Amino acid sequence: MEKPIPIGTTVVMERTGETMEEMYVNMGPQHPSTHGVLRLMLKLDGEYIIDCIPYIGYLHRCHEKIGENRNYTQIIPYTDRLDYLASMSMNFGYVLAVERLMGQKIPERAEYMRVILAELQRIASHLIWLGTFGLDLGNFTIFMYCFREREMVLDLFESVTGQRLNYSFYRIGGMPMDFPDTFLTDCQAFLAWFKPRLPEYDAIMTDNILFQKRVQGVGISPPQVAVEYGLSGPMLRACGIKWDLRRNEPYSIYDRFEFDIPVFDTCDVWARYMVRRREMEESVKIVEQALAQLPPGEVMAKMPKTIKPPAGQIYSRAESPRGEIGFYIVSDGSPKPYRYKVRSPAYVNLSALPEMLKGCLVADCVAVLGSVDIVLGEVDR
Amino acid sequence: MMIFATLVERFYAALAAWGIPWIVPTLVVMVIVVSVVLAYISVAAMFMIWWERKISAHIQVRYGPMRVGGWHGWAQSIADGIKLLLKEDLIPTGADKVVFVLAPMVVFGATVAAYVTIPWAPGLIVRDLNIGILYMVSISSLVVVGIIMAGWSSNNKYATLGALRSAAQAVSYEVPLVLSLLGPVMIAGTMSMGKLVEAQSGRWFGVLPGWFVFPQIVAFLTYFTCALAECNRLPFDIPEAESELVAGFHVEYSGMRFAMFFLAEYANMFVVSAIATTLFLGGWHGPWIPLPGLPREVAHGLFGLVWFQVKCYFLIFVMMWLRWTLARLRVDQLMGFAWKVLLPISFANLIVTGLVLILGKHALLYVGGIAILLLVAILLAARPAARTVRVGERT
Repeated sequence: MEKPIPIGTTVVMERTGETMEEMYVNMGPQHPSTHGVLRLMLKLDGEYIIDCIPYIGYLHRCHEKIGENRNYTQIIPYTDRLDYLASMSMNFGYVLAVERLMGQKIPERAEYMRVILAELQRIASHLIWLGTFGLDLGNFTIFMYCFREREMVLDLFESVTGQRLNYSFYRIGGMPMDFPDTFLTDCQAFLAWFKPRLPEYDAIMTDNILFQKRVQGVGISPPQVAVEYGLSGPMLRACGIKWDLRRNEPYSIYDRFEFDIPVFDTCDVWARYMVRRREMEESVKIVEQALAQLPPGEVMAKMPKTIKPPAGQIYSRAESPRGEIGFYIVSDGSPKPYRYKVRSPAYVNLSALPEMLKGCLVADCVAVLGSVDIVLGEVDR
Repeated sequence: MMIFATLVERFYAALAAWGIPWIVPTLVVMVIVVSVVLAYISVAAMFMIWWERKISAHIQVRYGPMRVGGWHGWAQSIADGIKLLLKEDLIPTGADKVVFVLAPMVVFGATVAAYVTIPWAPGLIVRDLNIGILYMVSISSLVVVGIIMAGWSSNNKYATLGALRSAAQAVSYEVPLVLSLLGPVMIAGTMSMGKLVEAQSGRWFGVLPGWFVFPQIVAFLTYFTCALAECNRLPFDIPEAESELVAGFHVEYSGMRFAMFFLAEYANMFVVSAIATTLFLGGWHGPWIPLPGLPREVAHGLFGLVWFQVKCYFLIFVMMWLRWTLARLRVDQLMGFAWKVLLPISFANLIVTGLVLILGKHALLYVGGIAILLLVAILLAARPAARTVRVGERT
């Protein structure tokens, strides 16, 4: 039998001053809490984390290079696979970029459809986050509750698009088809069911003192660090910075709706939890308003058969559930983009993880990682 | 059920009359008793596993097992057991083989040994030791030794971390656990499990049953909290926190060895519930009526058996209920809770109990109880507010 070779060298520990061997723990890619195939190398002093190195790339699939070899419409299904928990938002961001590049206007009704679907998607995405975050902290029950409601959103999406995960439903120039007749009543029924469920989540998570103790004061990212790392979305708003592209740089028709941007300034896991928890309420508000204002009419603008944006470049961004999803497209006037680049929020947010983890316990690692809300499809591309 | 004792004595006497050495009947009785206890543990653990799956399912708006065996999947645990038996038994190359093989045996053995002093019904107890409660607590804390053996011998970092957490947790929680058990022991003036139950036969104020849970409510709550930690149940399941340590100390175990850990966990849940039932909930005491056609003693015994099980399974239900509702504590919070909250409370309880016992009769116990509650309230209110940790600062 071979003796295992000890890794690490003898060092003086920062915390206790003792001389001992560093311990490395390899977390992932098959660890239950790494939300996919992320690998974290944790350098430990006892149970305290000294350093953390995230290894990514297990899901790399040349997304951007493939984009250069497909025409503009063919890229839409690939964007689904970026953030597979929020495909609608990814589609939205991409078609928005191409339409801006072309200077294309789209019908009013299509704009409303886009907002309704994107906000429902935000609810679904935050629900899956809340459920898995509960799992990370050892609360199994919230997971089933969240999935029950997410299932209903997916049923709504299925009735509209025929798909349950990768919808590819947005088109350059509008939407491929109108809502089915049943959608309005179904969607209102869902909202009526969903609103009383939020206090239930509060009862099991927010108001639970054990949960509060686990998340408060853990995984701090000060506003300065957040800005330096370029965090976005709920991660940034949990640092007390009121930055939401739907409000600060309104795209589509977001300037027509009344909604709050939840901001918390404790910079910890608790703040991130609260931001996402409140955002679900705000999304419900937006969907309700959009449903009430939904105008009749066409859903697709008159588009050429082959989409050839004029030569030029654009960086266009939108607010996905995880933050700023940016698409940089360089067009040479041909049907295929000359360069296609994605700025994905989870990738940028993940880069700040080592900063947040330093000094935490191993048990906090999963809480902090959970609060970043990564989707590896988007991190690796 | 003195009948069993009488039967055993007659058996001894008969064999002695035939000139057979005493070792033979002793061995025969031992084998029978051990088989009965083991059979009970296996069946009860399998039932508890199925029950927990059903409870968790209904808490989580699911059904749980519904297929195997027909009625609500009652045979699910049996099917799982067969599957585990047939699985390949893996020992990792880097493992310390002897310790690795011994660890599940130590855990299971320690748990089974604790069943010796469980008073099932009047007179039905394997051996009513005069230090029964002490024996039970000490033998069931041997489980930790097995867990450390498992974690260490697996040669896996997650397992080692789990084992170390388990050791720290056991050291922290054994202290308030034993201290909280001393309350009833002081009132009853005995450590024998049988006599502890008999001491609860009266009534408080002629109305409430004479269970020690009424004067010792603080000790009961302390004990129950510590018991959760002792069984590694949520919110204290950090030695096997699956989202952090994959599976903790038993991450490298498979097949029947894993099943032994699993079985021991549930058997241990029953042990701590049995201790709580015996010391606080009046053991086998409960209303009973003479059954027609049966001697009074047997009827009393049967009712006692049922009452004991009902109380135990109620406590087990509470444990499961907590598990599927609460989130997990962090390892440092867990230690802080044991040393800073539970330990002072159990000491206060001990002091007040002692004072009341010296000063007066049972009625005074209630005054003591209120005093303890006040003390707890003060303790909790006086705790410093949660500190916010900044980046780079060590807790």
